[in-house]
Amino acid sequence: MVWAAPAAADTIKIGASLSVTGPASFLGDPEAKTLEMYVEKLNAEGGVNGKQLELIVYDDSADANKARTFATRLVEDDEVVAVVGGSTTGTTMAMIPVFEDAGIPFISLAGAVVIIDPVKEFTFKTPHTDRMACEKIFADMQAKGLAKIGMISGTGGFGKSMREQCLAVVGNYGIEIVADETYGPSDSDMTPQLTNIKNAAGVQAVINPGFGQGPAIVTRNYKQLGIEVPLYQSHGVASKSFIDLAGDAAEGVRLPASALLVADKLPDSDPQKAVVTGYKSMYEEKTGLPVSTFGGHAYDGLMILVEAMKRAGSEDPKAIRDEIEKTSGFMGTAGVVNMSPEDHMGLDLTAFRMLEIRASDWTLAE
Amino acid sequence: MPELLQFCVSGLTVGAVYALVALGFTIIYNASDVVNFAQGEFVMIGGMTTVFATAAGVPLPLAVIGAILVAMVVGLLLHRLAIEPARGASPVTLIIITIGASIFLRGLAQVVFDKQFHSLPAFSGDTPIRFGGAAILPQSFWVLGGAAVIVVLLWAFFNRTLTGKAVLATAANRLAARLVGINTSFVMGLSFVMSAAIGAIAGILVTPITLTSYDVGMLLALKGFAAAMLGGMGNPLGAVVGGLAVGLLEALGAGYISSTYKDAIAFIVILVVLFALPGGLFGKASVERV
Repeated sequence: MVWAAPAAADTIKIGASLSVTGPASFLGDPEAKTLEMYVEKLNAEGGVNGKQLELIVYDDSADANKARTFATRLVEDDEVVAVVGGSTTGTTMAMIPVFEDAGIPFISLAGAVVIIDPVKEFTFKTPHTDRMACEKIFADMQAKGLAKIGMISGTGGFGKSMREQCLAVVGNYGIEIVADETYGPSDSDMTPQLTNIKNAAGVQAVINPGFGQGPAIVTRNYKQLGIEVPLYQSHGVASKSFIDLAGDAAEGVRLPASALLVADKLPDSDPQKAVVTGYKSMYEEKTGLPVSTFGGHAYDGLMILVEAMKRAGSEDPKAIRDEIEKTSGFMGTAGVVNMSPEDHMGLDLTAFRMLEIRASDWTLAE
Repeated sequence: MPELLQFCVSGLTVGAVYALVALGFTIIYNASDVVNFAQGEFVMIGGMTTVFATAAGVPLPLAVIGAILVAMVVGLLLHRLAIEPARGASPVTLIIITIGASIFLRGLAQVVFDKQFHSLPAFSGDTPIRFGGAAILPQSFWVLGGAAVIVVLLWAFFNRTLTGKAVLATAANRLAARLVGINTSFVMGLSFVMSAAIGAIAGILVTPITLTSYDVGMLLALKGFAAAMLGGMGNPLGAVVGGLAVGLLEALGAGYISSTYKDAIAFIVILVVLFALPGGLFGKASVERV
């Protein structure tokens, strides 16, 4: 373009629409901080392909309509070459058509499997899926010989989606769900549902797909009712605040989560240790806040993008897309990423660690 | 029958909180004809202020008193800055003002406090008490006992004190009350302050069980309003019975029918009652004298 400011040609524009405020702010806030922090760091180290990165972040407050508007703005006004973000599955799904039509590579930071299954040409994602969390939990139950379980799920987007995924894969592990209860996202008492699970014949363990404060109350009610069988939570509770809220009741709770939560406890031989401790110390030093796995997803997305841009040696969105798809052996905070034309996430079950809460802290259960 | 007992205990505990929110609605409605949808925010302010005060090192009893005082000040400001200037406006306008105040207070809480969920330690330990096969948290007794004490105190206030009688007189007929020398503006302010204090106490008592965050007020206002409608808007006894009934219905519905329809069950029963008894369970048929 002849009228473009000459300075603009020296920067590479990367876009992001994140849920920095609103109900998903605990996702979007650390994600935005992470992107800003690392773009600054990359620029200080000389940028990418000799050019400085320019990050454009919009706050969609977890509103899918806003996200779609921002996606259009990123493509048409800001003319970004790639986009990282979409904090929730809802905002991500709203933005996908815009980026697919424009041919702009899009690395989502949201959880649900529908984002990359079926595969879309320009859409990728970095976090584990809820289906993988179910598989990890069921594999752990199977190993312990637990065959009859109760399930109590939140009815919010995350809990609902994970419940469906769990029901879809539970048969592969020879496990039977003998009680299937739900609770609303803002419910404050789950003892009636848990009483029913407790009274279901032969329950050997309980799984709780859920998100927000619900799982913390479930955990407290679980202790209150004196249910003795193991309680499994999802990666939706993988933040320190869950342990604070659930208190003593959290003792012994098992959950699948990213290695980031146990960064300091990983053995030095662990290939992921350097990445997760590096990210954790940088985040905690710069922000003064405890690290969360959600910010880690943004780190993974940005680094996958930057490496693809370096390999492509250009800022052509199509070339960047092709290189993202070829990502292999990338070590992120979520695990090893090996993408392919059929797999735009590239994580396998080894990326999840089974954790157990002991003495109010995460410990490796494996 | 242990599960029935368990459902009842759970339902009554949650119901006691709805009852206190409904009482707050009732007091303000009686004195000023305003349905105050910011009532849930008083519950939030009570819980959140106590959480942050204790986190800052204030001993729990002081933090509790401080939180109640903060809520009372907010209640007074709500009346003086938002309701009083709009005196004479239609009930719908006043309701819209309180909804606006509720949104404002929620936003303010996000800035003053934060957006996370918080908990308080239980006042007398976390060890559940086993009773007939049901497990009851000691905190449930605090909630139920607290609600009972508030109800008794309110009864005594309205029936045994001159100020309480002035409130009742204002509720019965504002113009007549003013004519006999009652400062109705003071009475209305007082009703907001009292409602705020009751809401804050509910929030403080229940936070160890249900956790709190900047936005817990919205749902509580809705359930408390439903309880007040069920009991008969403006009737303190109705508010208490309505609150406990809504809590019980929810727990029994979740336990015996389906947890998916828990909220729906409570609201359907309320609708049925209101169809059959438009004034609610304890509502007086209102008579228009011409």
